[in-house]
Amino acid sequence: MIADWPILSLTVWIPIIGGFMVLASGDREANATKWTALIISILTFIVSLPLWFAFDSSTSAMQFVERVPWVPAFDVEYYMGVDGISMPLIILTTFITPLVVIAGWEVIKYRPSQYMASFLIMEGVMVGVFSALDAMLFYVYWEAMLIPMFLIIGIWGGANRVYATIKFFLYTFLGSVFMLVALIYMYFQSGNFDILGFHTLKLGLTEQILIFIAFLLAFAVKVPMWPVHTWLPDAHVEAPTGGSVILAAIMLKIGGYGFLRFSLPITPDASHTLDWLIIGMSLIAVVYIGFVALIQQDMKKLIAYSSIAHMGFVTLGFFIVFIISQNNAGSGAALGVQGGMVQMVSHGFISAALFLCVGVLYDRLHSREIKDYGGVVNTMPVFGAFMVFFAMANAGLPGTSGFVGEFMVILASFRADFWYAFLAATTLIIGAAYTLWMVKRVIFGEVTNEGVAALEDMNHREYIVLGTLAAAVLLLGLWPAPLVEVMDASVNNLLQHIAVSKL
Amino acid sequence: MIALSDYLILGAILFAISVAGIFINRKNVIILLMCVELMLLAVNMNFIAFSHFLGDTAGQVFVFFILTVAAAEAAIGLAILVVLFRSKRSINVEDMDVLKG
Amino acid sequence: MENIYLTIVLAPLIGAIIAGFFGGTIGRKGSHWVTSTGVGISTLLSLYVLSDFILGKAETFNGSVYTWMVSDGIHMEVGFLVDKLTAVMISVVTFVSFCIHIYTIGYMADDEHNWPKTSLAGRNSYQRFFSYISLFTFSMLMLVMSNNFLQLFFGWEAVGLVSYLLIGFWSVRPTAIFANLKAFIVNRVGDFGFILGIAAIAMYTNSLDYAEVFSMAPGLADTQIQIWGDSSWSLMSVIGILLFIGAMGKSAQVPLHVWLPDSMEGPTPISALIHAATMVTAGVFMVARMSPLYEFSETALSFVLVIGATTAFFTGLIGIVQNDIKRVVAYSTLSQLGYMMVALGASAYAAGIFHLMTHAFFKALLFLAAGSVIIGMHHDQDIRNMGGVRKYMPITYWTSLLGSLALIGFPGFSGFFSKDAIIEAVHHSSIAGSGYAYVLVLAGVFVTALYSFRMFFLVFHGEGPRDEHAKEHLHESPKVVTVPLILLAIPSVIIGYLTIGPMLFGDWFKDVLYVLPEHDTLAAVQAVVHSGNGMLAHTYASPAFYLAMAGLGVAWYIYVKNPAIADKVKSTLSPVYTLLDKKYWFDEAYQAVFAAGSRGIGKFLWLVGDRGVIDGLAVNGSAYSVGWLASIVRHLQTGYLYHYAIAMILGLLLLLTWFVFV
Repeated sequence: MIADWPILSLTVWIPIIGGFMVLASGDREANATKWTALIISILTFIVSLPLWFAFDSSTSAMQFVERVPWVPAFDVEYYMGVDGISMPLIILTTFITPLVVIAGWEVIKYRPSQYMASFLIMEGVMVGVFSALDAMLFYVYWEAMLIPMFLIIGIWGGANRVYATIKFFLYTFLGSVFMLVALIYMYFQSGNFDILGFHTLKLGLTEQILIFIAFLLAFAVKVPMWPVHTWLPDAHVEAPTGGSVILAAIMLKIGGYGFLRFSLPITPDASHTLDWLIIGMSLIAVVYIGFVALIQQDMKKLIAYSSIAHMGFVTLGFFIVFIISQNNAGSGAALGVQGGMVQMVSHGFISAALFLCVGVLYDRLHSREIKDYGGVVNTMPVFGAFMVFFAMANAGLPGTSGFVGEFMVILASFRADFWYAFLAATTLIIGAAYTLWMVKRVIFGEVTNEGVAALEDMNHREYIVLGTLAAAVLLLGLWPAPLVEVMDASVNNLLQHIAVSKL
Repeated sequence: MIALSDYLILGAILFAISVAGIFINRKNVIILLMCVELMLLAVNMNFIAFSHFLGDTAGQVFVFFILTVAAAEAAIGLAILVVLFRSKRSINVEDMDVLKG
Repeated sequence: MENIYLTIVLAPLIGAIIAGFFGGTIGRKGSHWVTSTGVGISTLLSLYVLSDFILGKAETFNGSVYTWMVSDGIHMEVGFLVDKLTAVMISVVTFVSFCIHIYTIGYMADDEHNWPKTSLAGRNSYQRFFSYISLFTFSMLMLVMSNNFLQLFFGWEAVGLVSYLLIGFWSVRPTAIFANLKAFIVNRVGDFGFILGIAAIAMYTNSLDYAEVFSMAPGLADTQIQIWGDSSWSLMSVIGILLFIGAMGKSAQVPLHVWLPDSMEGPTPISALIHAATMVTAGVFMVARMSPLYEFSETALSFVLVIGATTAFFTGLIGIVQNDIKRVVAYSTLSQLGYMMVALGASAYAAGIFHLMTHAFFKALLFLAAGSVIIGMHHDQDIRNMGGVRKYMPITYWTSLLGSLALIGFPGFSGFFSKDAIIEAVHHSSIAGSGYAYVLVLAGVFVTALYSFRMFFLVFHGEGPRDEHAKEHLHESPKVVTVPLILLAIPSVIIGYLTIGPMLFGDWFKDVLYVLPEHDTLAAVQAVVHSGNGMLAHTYASPAFYLAMAGLGVAWYIYVKNPAIADKVKSTLSPVYTLLDKKYWFDEAYQAVFAAGSRGIGKFLWLVGDRGVIDGLAVNGSAYSVGWLASIVRHLQTGYLYHYAIAMILGLLLLLTWFVFV
């Protein structure tokens, strides 16, 4: 029986141990090292697949559970398991990492083994974040994740990388220490670090609000929500392509996941009391950040801002549930949460693809500035087609995955309030404007300079990476039913849980 | 008969002299070292006095420890001083402000 | 039956995929064969479906193909609803599309001249073009065959995507890539309203399926909702207006019409297919399809009526002063779309669809004829440089004449029946704004005749082309161009007379389009005339006929009989001329307000909000304040031992004092 195997542990530890092996092998046999890294990442993906195929979508209970004592003195356990909310994100992680390894194949010439090792270790740690059911274990994974990312931006980053890394680190660290305080407080209240135990922990409103704010600080920075988003554009701009991909595709999702795993179930009353705050921040993210994205001159910055705007839909979808429940007697709330989840997965594909597209250009001309390009389609028609496709997905074209989440969240937010839907739907206009304006200036037009005239179209490696993502974007856009089905039971359970006040 | 208080007063005077020596002296690092030694001796004085009057030998044992440590400390201190003099050509206290913020 | 419907939809898609991905391998011939075959199959099957409906053999089909997703009890499916309305639409779409596939073989034959020699994008552009128009056909079929709002929106946006790709087809032209961006974004403004409308429907009916929504519509007719403060709105009006905003974008109604004239930057075949015959009429189709919703809101109907009438008249006026042959036709398209909307607003949905159908044929014909002239003139599109083309291009000339007569509503031609029906329907309508609309659509008839024949006379009559070089090379276009012209000219002339009976006065749309008895303007029309022959016999009593003839006459007088007068009129009416020439300054205003405005807001938010307040004050500000504090505190660290010693002693003293006395 596959479900009896320690699949989660394997998915966490294969890449971590493999990463250290890659690290130890050094750069002397660079090619062999890269192949090792690729094989490990693909192996991890294959190992993680039973999570999807052997998953029982009829139950909201945790599956593939592993539970052994870790630090008995403090009741810390090595306790992992997945439900319909975390499982798709784990698959997303193991799916994206091989692509990142391939994308860095020839591009990274400086210490490739350490580069690959960082990504592998980070993969394992991120899977750990999604699967941890013990708060201390979660916190350890959560902080451990920062280290490889810190190194990736700091070592393989651009000119201003030191500023960006420190900003990234301090921002996220500031948020997470408050979360640690909240976790320890709840440990004292409940006697252990079991996250599911926290869900049923009785807490007063003041306690809940304080815990909620502590979590909010941690997760809002990660998502990132306005106004704690400014680390993201800097980090993206300075990060190497692979770093941007992991950052946008997976690390941001950890914030959204945190809201579902911690904030909503542990502090439902505080979430209800403060939902206006999150909704406000989300809508500001959608509109304000959309306008900011419009005038960016740096492609990566533009996509980074667009990520923030898209993640605004995620948090919006999660927190309108209370208003919908009031208005509609409970119906329609799942649409918002599922929409947010779909949006996270879809954004994982699309933002990854867009950053890879910028990477393709950057590898050739070493510039991210829009003004240095123009008429790229004349020399790179295949790349142009991919870029237009992903841009359209980013603009939420139906038939691509970008549409699904936005559509669900807009439908759900209309049930909360006409004006929420109104503001959220402006993304249809603004999102199209900033994405396609960039496409117009970069891809279309006449060849503007000699650099562009000398461009060569994509090679096989890039073709494989972008082609895989395009297939994923299309598949999820044309048939999102499996994804929604998988999370259905868990989301409904969550909604039932938060509908009951803890007071 | 010399009372305990007399010993303690002597110790206090010695200690005060050494403290004053530390912050009044601005010239010579060696004097600083000597002041530190004097401070330890003042403490030793108290230890012995208490030990005698309370009939507890542990105090005298501590004095031996302190003396040993003080000797080692003096040796290290002087060694540092020699190195310092070699590099700075001075043992003037005023010149030694590399820790200035 | 389901397999037939699937084939109709998928055949063009397969053609598009083959030509798109393997165009380089199968070559130009392979590409146009595979796509034309795909669309050809669709056309034949569509006509088969239509004939089944005509013969009464077919039943309305409503079924799903697969479940897109189920969330929160809302079943979102991909499925088909094939009834008589759909049958008409798919037949029109596939037939026009098929003609255009054939025409394209000729029109795009020397497309490599449109690209810089080194451009790789131009290398397989011919195959790519075929792939796009087949993809468009697929999207449009998905739109019209949909049985739910989700798929409607999919088709809606997909045709927008293909339109974007095709307007910007010649991507090296700055005007083309400006126009396609503009088209997409203006369409997105419409879609913004559209998606909110869908959200409103989903909220109140918990379904996206047409049949379910329509069955619940009467029950929701009296529902009021609060949007702003305490003022309450009728739910149906809100839904109707929001959905119509989508239609305004797609069907280019004022004030979202600005993208359509610019879209003429695309190659002519797609101007004919997408921007005249099919895609832009999606809005008309949508409103007609939603008639069970619109009927419950007179507010929404009035809104449709007023917007439609405004578009019909005022964009027609602009057509009079345009000099680019394609832009004249484009403004004429805008104006005709306005007529269709007017019909819908007057609850004469059947007349709207009827005009949609006739218009698809004669407008596609006019565009293709214009394209044929453009080929002849070597891609010079300025009608002032043309003239006397009649002698060189007889087939183009005659088909153009037929198309123009159909457009102005010359008795007996297809446009006559459809346009007259609309005008009569508005005449009988009693909802708010119908008086305004009636005046404008009547005046529009004169304008239509004037601009159509102005262009016609300038292009085909008078002295030959000014440019001698052009004159030498001017000759009739090849067969692949003229055959589609003839194919389209036939329905342009006869389809109106043939189909008006069942479509307007019969029960063809009886179960499909829903009209409340009190709105039934077509029934009122029917009380006066009840057949095509009846309408012909009634021509003398119709003011539209005299207006059209007057327009034709004026055009003839100004541009053939006495050409000198044109400039005189222009200078006499110079303020009006400037107003029209500048298209009422819509473009400039939008550019200044929306484009520059959003860039300004973006810049402000970025520099002041992100850079200034968040990064400047909060993030780096906190770092700076720590640094500033440290720079003050550092002075305590003198580095002198004696300072530290005295600090220690003083501290000790203070502590002792506190300890002893407190």
